[in-house]
Amino acid sequence: MKKFKYFNHTADIGLEAYGGETKEVFENAARGLFNLIVEPGEVELKEEVEVRVEAGDIEALLVEWLNELLYLFETKKMVFKDFQIEEISETALKAKAKGEKVKSNHEIKTQIKACTYHLLKVEKKNKTWHAKVIFDV
Amino acid sequence: MAIPDYLEKIGPFTYRIAKSHHSGMRVDGVVYADERLIEQADRDKALEQVVNVAFLPGIVKASYAMPDIHWGYGFPIGGVAATSLKDGVISPGGVGFDISCGVRLMRTNLTVSEVQPYFNLLMQELARNIPKGVGSRGKIKVGHREMEKLMTEGVEWAVRAGYGWPEDLDFIEERGCLKGANPEKVTPRAFERGKDQPGTLGAGNHFIEIQEVVETYDEKIANVLGLFRKQIVVMVHSGSRGVGHQICTDYLKVMDQAVRKYGFSLPDRQLACAPINSPEGKDYFAAMACAVNYALTNRHCLSHWIRESFEKTFKKSASSLGLHLVYDVSHNIAKIEEHQVNGERVTLCVHRKGATRAFGPGHPDLPEKYREVGQPVIIPGDMGTASYVLVGTERGEKEAFASTCHGAGRVMSRSQAKRQIRGDVLKRELESKGIVIMAGHMALLAEEAPDAYKDVSQVVDVCEGAGLSKKVAKMRPLGVLKG
Repeated sequence: MKKFKYFNHTADIGLEAYGGETKEVFENAARGLFNLIVEPGEVELKEEVEVRVEAGDIEALLVEWLNELLYLFETKKMVFKDFQIEEISETALKAKAKGEKVKSNHEIKTQIKACTYHLLKVEKKNKTWHAKVIFDV
Repeated sequence: MAIPDYLEKIGPFTYRIAKSHHSGMRVDGVVYADERLIEQADRDKALEQVVNVAFLPGIVKASYAMPDIHWGYGFPIGGVAATSLKDGVISPGGVGFDISCGVRLMRTNLTVSEVQPYFNLLMQELARNIPKGVGSRGKIKVGHREMEKLMTEGVEWAVRAGYGWPEDLDFIEERGCLKGANPEKVTPRAFERGKDQPGTLGAGNHFIEIQEVVETYDEKIANVLGLFRKQIVVMVHSGSRGVGHQICTDYLKVMDQAVRKYGFSLPDRQLACAPINSPEGKDYFAAMACAVNYALTNRHCLSHWIRESFEKTFKKSASSLGLHLVYDVSHNIAKIEEHQVNGERVTLCVHRKGATRAFGPGHPDLPEKYREVGQPVIIPGDMGTASYVLVGTERGEKEAFASTCHGAGRVMSRSQAKRQIRGDVLKRELESKGIVIMAGHMALLAEEAPDAYKDVSQVVDVCEGAGLSKKVAKMRPLGVLKG
């Protein structure tokens, strides 16, 4: 099964992620996000950051999760390529993001300002979880 | 392609979406465009977004869209909505993540032929002197206390710290400081993101361009603005960087809950809002104003290094080179303004998401020097064609709350642009037209290719045709510096 794909938006970038369960769809959405920022092949797994976020519902939780990773990228200057959701409910998650500090040989491909609520969806269709978000670029 | 039947042509460049189109609409939608621009807007969800904005509680007159309209998130890009201070809402989605993203134009007393021999040196000097790129850190580091002052005082803080000139304040909207800023309403996260970014260009569509004035449409007004043919001018396009992104992110969460608390029903979650007079609405305004002041300061610090780079290249002082500020506009912002509605003077919260304020002649908020000609509006085009200077008009004040377009507006998605256009090929093409490109990343360059944008000349012509603003000067790019 495909982990994620991008869809066209005139000014910004849309992402659809898939997974057998919510944990997997959240992990794949994070992969889809960082794949826009840096080539995963350029990132080594040197450091691990624990992430905890809460929100009012599962869709807002996805936005929170992705925005938290963008916050870590900008303030801790870290790029990630491996994500493990350890606990997840409708309103909270605990995860580990693995990667390293941005190095001079990392080519930063896109500046993502934030994850938006526009056309936001997290739903189960035919036994597969689908997530849909739009990033402001 | 046909024009959708729910659009009614009510003027040569004006289309109306009647509020009867959807039961949730509180007012009409009004789109300023010609046939081609309307067809482009109909290809994505931009017109649907004009309809969605008309759902906002307390919206006055109409949900407007400028000719550069395209699909955004929540509001369309090019969207303008004014809400009543009495019973209206404020929506962070009507401002966007890059709060107070905007443009400023600086003029010089140099002509193209005088600059030509030093041009490459100047570009290299700018590239060396301007911090740019994704997550770029600046040369100015501010602690928490200083940041609070920066957010409260705006450009005055920068001038005191030695960046720019006191006279610059006259030529910035709100004289460089949007009142009502309260740093206590800004989260520690936004402080964290902003502490090493004042005076950084960023990436994406942000740029610094050296341009030549190639045409003036109204000699008298151009003269008042200090513009003449063959003149070298400098354009800066940047915003509030991580501070604005974080403030919008933080307050979308607050507003998402406020929508439930106040019992609003909205067609898009990104339109989340709260009454302007509620605690949530007031807090957002106070935090947004901090980001506005940050953005104005950011562009001001960039101008300081531009002046420095000219001084170093030409071995003359910036003042003797005539490097004055023409004007600075913000095109992602919500402001409290007075407007005439049904013959009455009312105070409104005007959201402009990818639209520019354009006060007409005589407006009391204009600097003395420009009061007779109207507010200058700076329109950045794409890097291959042209940019414009417009001024606000009396008629525009009566149309869409004194608003006009903000740029060319995208027609092609970023991924489509990257698939169709190669950055290095584009760079050579532009260079063959005599445009020097300094860009950190070729793929980012391709995303911003001229073909990804509407025709900016057509956009400003429609603005003039619709009476929103008047053309004063056209510039062509000579050198482009991108993140």
